[in-house]
Amino acid sequence: MSAPIETDVVIVGAGPVGLFSVFELGLNDISCHLVDILDRPGGQCAELYPEKPIYDIPGYPEITAQGLIDKLMEQIKPFNPTFHFSQMVESLERLPDGRFGLTTDAGTTFRCKAVVIAAGGGSFQPKRPPVAGIEAYEGTSVHYAVRRMDDFRGQDVLIVGGGDSALDWVLNLQPVAKSITLLHRRDDFRAAPHSVDQMRALVADGKVSLVIGQVQSLKGDNGQVTAAVVKDKDNNELEIACTKVLPFFGLTMKLGPVANWGINLEENLIPVDTARFETSEPGIFAIGDINTYPGKIKLILCGFHEAALMTQAVYKIVYPEKRHVFQYTTSSSSLQKKLGVL
Amino acid sequence: MAKITYITADGTTYEVDAEDGSTVMEAAIHNQVPGIEAECGGACACATCHVYVEEPWTEIVGPPQPMEEDMLDFGYDVRPNSRLSCQIRVSAAIDGMIVRVPDRQG
Repeated sequence: MSAPIETDVVIVGAGPVGLFSVFELGLNDISCHLVDILDRPGGQCAELYPEKPIYDIPGYPEITAQGLIDKLMEQIKPFNPTFHFSQMVESLERLPDGRFGLTTDAGTTFRCKAVVIAAGGGSFQPKRPPVAGIEAYEGTSVHYAVRRMDDFRGQDVLIVGGGDSALDWVLNLQPVAKSITLLHRRDDFRAAPHSVDQMRALVADGKVSLVIGQVQSLKGDNGQVTAAVVKDKDNNELEIACTKVLPFFGLTMKLGPVANWGINLEENLIPVDTARFETSEPGIFAIGDINTYPGKIKLILCGFHEAALMTQAVYKIVYPEKRHVFQYTTSSSSLQKKLGVL
Repeated sequence: MAKITYITADGTTYEVDAEDGSTVMEAAIHNQVPGIEAECGGACACATCHVYVEEPWTEIVGPPQPMEEDMLDFGYDVRPNSRLSCQIRVSAAIDGMIVRVPDRQG
């Protein structure tokens, strides 16, 4: 494990509200690092509805979700935030010196003075397919991601789904697995056409079997799958022998490790006060869709407001000896210098 | 205005007056019909407002668009009459429609 990254603030979540926090904190000389489980900025805007228009961002009669993220990235550029993508903050502890220590599931560690949780609806995690009893096989013979291709060497692999993840793993695992079966509910794939063509060629060569249907249940014992019971498109039941199952049913949002950080929760939301947007733990703040307070509404614009107020409170933690001078970007030369426009 | 009947997995019936131009998902949410989650808020970006459209309305509402069909891949127990309720617009044409809510949303 490498040396901890020292920074003023760690922002958990790089959605619109996390991104705008970089701007507000940056104007106040507060440096930050962002951690997000996705592989790019934008959170739900990028993952769920990038092409959809948003009509209630002040100043933009209409902007697509991805367009808003692009604009925010441009706006925070002067502050050079560091992003840590494809990882999730797993643990958060208060250090003896009053700062916080954070560790991600990728082993990145931070030391910071304040933590801002801007995790929206939670972290995006693979959706568990609707198969009764699947939990018993998870981690041993049912996997939602391929960590090491070697784990699939010589195995009878059943891949379920019709998107890019499913097709990519059909193509990548085919040379190492003993057999590959692709199961999808229809003979139409939303994956990239090139991958679909490659998959169809492997099916034609007899190297991959393609079954159209839906998984009903799994057979096996002690966590080891032996077969999947499948209902085909004509409602006939059939069994597919397999030793590994890789279901790709998209992503869903789960609160995740936030629940273990010793912060008070209210129905999976984090209660905060509306002056500081601080959680029950001093120095840990929560803004955007993940927080709750009397009158809360889940709008991006409300998250922006919360980011501005949170920044005032964080400033007093980062610079306890300094008096905060409130300034406008329109007229303050020092703010304009930070933005690189003067 | 159209009357829509939702039948949940346990057999409970909810009769709802839905406004023209809204969606079958919105009408369910506004009237607290259980079992329709609509996690993404109607962006056709999840599959948690999945319903089964009963005959003869299956033909009237038509088949899903390609994007909706892609999303249905994430649904639970998808059948030929499966639709995402956020993608069905309310109009007089669907007055009296009956939809069934699956016993789980993904």
